[in-house]
Amino acid sequence: MAEFLQFAFSGLTVGAIYALIALGFTLIYNASDVINFAQGEFVMVSGMTAVFAAAAGIPLPLAALLAIVVTVLFGILLHRLAIEPARGASPVTLIIITIGASILMRGLAAVFFDKNFHSLPPLAGDTPLNLGGAAILPQSIIVLIGTGIIVTALWLFLNRTLMGKAMLATAANRLAARLVGIDTSAVIGISFVVSALIGAIGGLLATPITLTNYAIGTLLALKGFAAAMLGGMGSPIGAVAGGLLLGLLEAFGAGYLSSQYKDAIAFIVILAVLFAMPQGLFGRASIERV
Amino acid sequence: MLSVENLTSRYGRIEVLHGVSFNVAEGEIVTLVGSNGAGKTTLLRAISGVQPTTGGTISFSGESIGGLKAHKRVARGMAQVPEGRQVFAPLTVDDNLRLGAVTRRDDGIATDLENIYTTFPVLAEKRHLQAGALSGGQQQMLAIGRALMAKPKLVLLDEPSMGLAPILVEQIFAIIADFKKRGLTVLLVEQNAYAALAIADRGYVIETGRITISGTGRALLEDPRVRAAYLGL
Ligand SMILES: Nc1ncnc2c1ncn2[C@@H]1O[C@H](COP(=O)(O)OP(=O)(O)OP(=O)(O)O)[C@@H](O)[C@H]1O
Ligand SMILES: [Mg+2]
Repeated sequence: MAEFLQFAFSGLTVGAIYALIALGFTLIYNASDVINFAQGEFVMVSGMTAVFAAAAGIPLPLAALLAIVVTVLFGILLHRLAIEPARGASPVTLIIITIGASILMRGLAAVFFDKNFHSLPPLAGDTPLNLGGAAILPQSIIVLIGTGIIVTALWLFLNRTLMGKAMLATAANRLAARLVGIDTSAVIGISFVVSALIGAIGGLLATPITLTNYAIGTLLALKGFAAAMLGGMGSPIGAVAGGLLLGLLEAFGAGYLSSQYKDAIAFIVILAVLFAMPQGLFGRASIERV
Repeated sequence: MLSVENLTSRYGRIEVLHGVSFNVAEGEIVTLVGSNGAGKTTLLRAISGVQPTTGGTISFSGESIGGLKAHKRVARGMAQVPEGRQVFAPLTVDDNLRLGAVTRRDDGIATDLENIYTTFPVLAEKRHLQAGALSGGQQQMLAIGRALMAKPKLVLLDEPSMGLAPILVEQIFAIIADFKKRGLTVLLVEQNAYAALAIADRGYVIETGRITISGTGRALLEDPRVRAAYLGL
């Protein structure tokens, strides 16, 4: 039982990070049909910026703020310099552009920072709590609470503000959105800003546990993508559920089977979803109007 | 109010509008009739700025708007009720209507919303339901209400009677005829040529991307070519 709880908790913690990345995928996909494979780099840029700012003597809260600002700037630049100029190109072209941007960001991080692994001091110390025999890091609880706050804030933004509703409307029917006067290019821009912001906070929450390094973005993007597919691409609830589920699958797979195959689980999930249920758990059935 | 000159538009390499010219004066109801694939929807989308054009000019209230993005055209007072209604299915009726006013900054939005609900009581009953759950006729009323929420000077309607039961069709045409009394200018595209020409001040016939006949609504109803091709008489 203690072992089970241990695996469940570590699965939920990692899953929460996957959920945040999957949410980023979802927002941008809904606004533009683009699957932004640079999504994982937001997590990396934020973690690395915070680490190096803190190492340069900047107090941790300020370093965290700086990391968020820098990451959001990356999101804006990605949209302005890579996505917006290619407007009208096919989604496949745009997806390839995001992969290129991701490689570029990784390269910049390797040169600008370094290639070592780094951590941030956990927010609430590192003495594990005992929960039913399982040792839980306080940071795990912070990750879960932080994710809960982000998900709630995003929900409120989408459902309670006119701008959020304009984003939902754009996702539901892009032609109608343009005809009522929604500036759909601005909606895409906002989706990049919000996704970068979520990725940045995810990076700050995760780094004390998962560590960070210039190259973590690629694998994180794939995990987030698997989570978004599992939940149903385009569904925010699906992104959260898919992320948590993927985290749990990985933790139990690594715990009860073999830790060697941990990273393979995401790929198995992608393949299984593609073959067995392309709409994912919460995706809308893709029935096109004739 | 609206003047289109020599407009051309294409899908890929295939040109579907070959130099369309027509105009709509302030306060008029102008009907555009044409058969399947004539280019009516393409024309309305080009006017609204959601379909690229390759030549010609569009001017609205005396100013050229050909280079404006779609949302700027809405802000200038042009709203469209698109073909197939195109409501925001997962959003509530209320949110659909509020989004109709997304370009507005004035403080009359709440009053206008209540006016829409008075005009369409069935929408008021369902204001908290998802738009996708409405019947076809209710969705059409929602699409019309959403366009009115933009407080437009000109309303473009693309086949608002398509697929509706006869009693609803009558209702929709009565609503459109009523726009005139509110001081709205209307450009109506229809395959239901009889009813659409009957409420029109003037009309045009579009055939494979060209305007071929024009005249007052009454003249077109009596024109033998129109009677043969569009009225089945
Ligand atoms: N997305 C598209 N890609 C390529 N061709 C298109 C597209 N949409 C329309 N067309 C073609 O352009 C021409 C004009 O179509 P349009 O939809 O404007 O006609 P319409 O008059 O609105 O017809 P309907 O009465 O059926 O609504 C048709 O030949 C149609 O096949
Ligand atoms: Mg049409």
